[in-house]
This record gives sequence, structure tokens and C-alpha cells, in this order.
Amino acid sequence: MNKKISSQFRVVPSLKRPLQACASIVFFAFAQAPAAHAAGTLAGTDIENTATATYTTPSGEVTLDSNTVVIKVDELIDVAVANTDPGDVTTAPGATNKVLTFKVTNSGNGPEAYALLADVAKPSDDFDPALVQIVIDNGNGVYDPGVDTVYVPGSNDPVIAPDQSVIVFVLTNTPATAVDGNKADVGLKATSKTGTGPAGTTFTGAGTGGSDAVIGTSTATQEDIGSLIVQSAVVTLVKSATVLDPQGGSNAIPGAIITYKLVANVTGSGSLNNLSITDAIPAGTVYQAASIELDAVAQTDAADSDAGNFNASLVTVAAGNVPAGQTRTVTFKVKIP
Amino acid sequence: MKLNFFNAVIAGLALSASAAAVAAPLQLRSDIFVEKQVKRQDGKVATVLEAPKMVTPGDNLVFVVHYKNVGATPASNFVVTNPMPKAVIFNGTSDGAEIVSIDGGKSFAPLSTLRVVIADGKTRSATFGDVTHVKWTLQKTLGAGAEGKLMFRGVVK
Repeated sequence: MNKKISSQFRVVPSLKRPLQACASIVFFAFAQAPAAHAAGTLAGTDIENTATATYTTPSGEVTLDSNTVVIKVDELIDVAVANTDPGDVTTAPGATNKVLTFKVTNSGNGPEAYALLADVAKPSDDFDPALVQIVIDNGNGVYDPGVDTVYVPGSNDPVIAPDQSVIVFVLTNTPATAVDGNKADVGLKATSKTGTGPAGTTFTGAGTGGSDAVIGTSTATQEDIGSLIVQSAVVTLVKSATVLDPQGGSNAIPGAIITYKLVANVTGSGSLNNLSITDAIPAGTVYQAASIELDAVAQTDAADSDAGNFNASLVTVAAGNVPAGQTRTVTFKVKIP
Repeated sequence: MKLNFFNAVIAGLALSASAAAVAAPLQLRSDIFVEKQVKRQDGKVATVLEAPKMVTPGDNLVFVVHYKNVGATPASNFVVTNPMPKAVIFNGTSDGAEIVSIDGGKSFAPLSTLRVVIADGKTRSATFGDVTHVKWTLQKTLGAGAEGKLMFRGVVK
């Protein structure tokens, strides 16, 4: 034990002098440094160190305190921004107030105000939505129109405590010209109000509690991108007829039954809601009672809980919500009198 | 045995505090340095020690306790104790000659022998983060003029 300590004495004397100057002593490698806490010690906190010695002299035991070294923990300014939408947010041509959600985290160690900036004109996407507003969440994580605070740059820049986050919503309108499958990227950038710069940039006295502020690895400004995707479904209707005459042929003669077939084909993406298929029976024909079928399932003629309805001369089928890529087939029969 | 001895020393601290003011042939000085990564002109990154002008969480600190016998009489049973500042995690010494406490200075032992009680009465090995005090016992007599340094490393939480 003694020897080890003695050898240490020989290693370090050069450390003795340069209290102020940078002593360019390359230090011995130790074990890996323990990871610092996420936010770490609050800026402005004093680190105080005092060593105590006891020793024995011929006149007895003595206790001695060293000087107390005090160093103040400076403010590390960092920020992290993350789009928290689980995927692309769906929109439609002409849709308004589509919400993209971002989380802005103060990853520094002092309370810090951040300016927010939304960028709707990202390159390499299909369209640029129109920015409506940036809204700061009230803490429940859900956009509440009229409840959450509308962000006004320079006026209510969010002040975030160390290691805390705020949820920020970016609301945009989708142009009517956007078409199915179009994608738009929207960025949200948070920038420290104290300043930005490469890691290590310092702002003397600008930190919490009179400490200095130093820029961390985030450069005190960060942006993340969320995306909107246009889902637009369209329906095409194809009508065909087959004739069955009383002789078993296909001649349109009196007594023949005409079966009309309407195929609604939904394409694009998303779905069409409350798709209603209607067709008027041709003049001079007689509707065959209870002949409506939807996807080969018989429907009643009454306006009731099932999808089919015949009224006067109009066949109506409520096909409901139809996802893109699916078809609905309606058939009904008329007779040539 | 050893632990008991240290406990006795700790207990004696308060009692002998007033006596220290009278006879202090030893000087004790505490310094803190911060390690910075500096890019040299040749492009290599060197670790240098600087006075702690700027300290932020995650910084590596080097604590140096300098002692010197400035009196005329020798001092023996020399023991130095350094409580860890609250905002600093212990990060070892160069020679491992220290003993540490993980219970606020009540008991001391080499870190590798200490265990921390966790849930369900189980224990785990103590780590740097558990250390509350660092202690050195120099088993030699410091003659007049003798001096030296004790060092340990810490990381700002």
C-alpha cells in the first residue's frame, strides 16, 4: 500500500503548479465513466469539496479540514425534438387543421425557453401544406381546440424545466390539389432562446443561477419531421345487363327478365364512407319484387334495417363504408311486360 | 478489526476538532480539476486538466488532496477522508489504494468487497454511484517537510 502511494507522489508533482494554466497532462485511463443523468445536476448548483485528515502527533490526535473548493455547475443547453405520431398522419385534399404532434424535451440542466418554428416547405415531398398555427399542449397530450395555447413566437415561447417535455401540435391545411398518395413533410424546430452554436460555445453569465451557459451536443437547436399522407378514394360504377327470355334465350321480348348488375369499385387509398348506389329502373319495365341483392345477399324492398330499398322507380342500396381496393356488387331484376 | 479501528477514528473526529485548531503541523489543500478533450494541432485529441472554469453534467473531475507536514514533529496514523460532493459520482482512483464508504461514512472497505441491499433482501455489488466517502490510511509516519497528494476522480451528475 505504501509503495503504491509513494509511486503516485512521483507521478503527480507536475500537477502541483498549474492551478490556473491548462496542464497538458494526459491522464491515466480509468474505468469507464458512469453515465450522467439525463438532465443531470441543476445549473447553478455548487459542488463543494472538503477533505478531512486525522493524524497522531507526540502530543495527541489531530483533526484537520482542508480548504473548501467550490465550483458552480454551469448550464448545459440542449434540446431534443421528436415527432410522436405513430406513422404518417392521413389527410385528404382540402382537409383543414390536420394535426402533427411533436415532443420538445429540455435535455439540458437548467430551465430554458425555446423558440418554435414550423417548416411546411420541405423539399423532396409531394406538396406543401399551409401552416395554420403551432399549438402548445395543456399537458394531456391531446390537441384540444380552443383549450391548448396557440403559440405566438417571442410572446409565449415555452419555458421547459430540465429533463421535462412539452407536446407541440402543428396544424396545417391540405391543398385541394393534393391527390391520393401525396406526401408532405412538416418540420418542427426548437431553438434555445439563450443562444445556439457548436457544442462548447459559451455564454458567460447567461446560465441559471448566475452560472455560465454552454451549448451541448444538440447545438441547442433541433428539428424533427412529421409527415402527412393524402388518402383519397374514388369509386367507379360499371353497369351491365343480362336478359333471360321465357324460352330460355336472351332476347328482349315481352316476358323476358332483365338482371341489372352494378359494380362499384373503390380505388385509391383510405375508404369511401356511406357509399350509396342508386339506379332508376328503365321506363316500360316492371320491377321484380325483392330482387335486390348486395354482394349476392338478398335485400328487402322496404326502407328498413337492411341495405336495399325500392321506392317508386328507384333502387337504392346503402353500401356503407367501403375501403379502397374493394368492390360492392348490386343486382336487381325487372321484367319486360 | 480494521473496520472497528476506522469507526473509532471517526468517532474521535468531533472530540478532537478543537484540538486541531491549536496544533496543526500538517497542511491540507483540496483542489478540483476538470478534464477537457482538446484537439491538438496534429489532429489528435488529448485529455488535459484545467481549472474548473466551466463545468457541466457529465464532465470528468479530478479531486486532488495535497498534504504537507509543515511542522517540526512527525505525524503518524495519517488518515484522509473526503466526502463525495452531492453532485458528483465517484469514478475511481489511479491506484485503488483507497477505501470507500457507501453508508454515509459509517463504515469503510474496498469498493469491490461492498454490497448494497436491494429489494427482497437481495444484494448487489456496490458501484461507483454508491460511494459516499473516500478514505486513505497512510500507514507511515510523515516526517517534517513530507508531502504528497491523494487523488480521485468523479463525474458531475
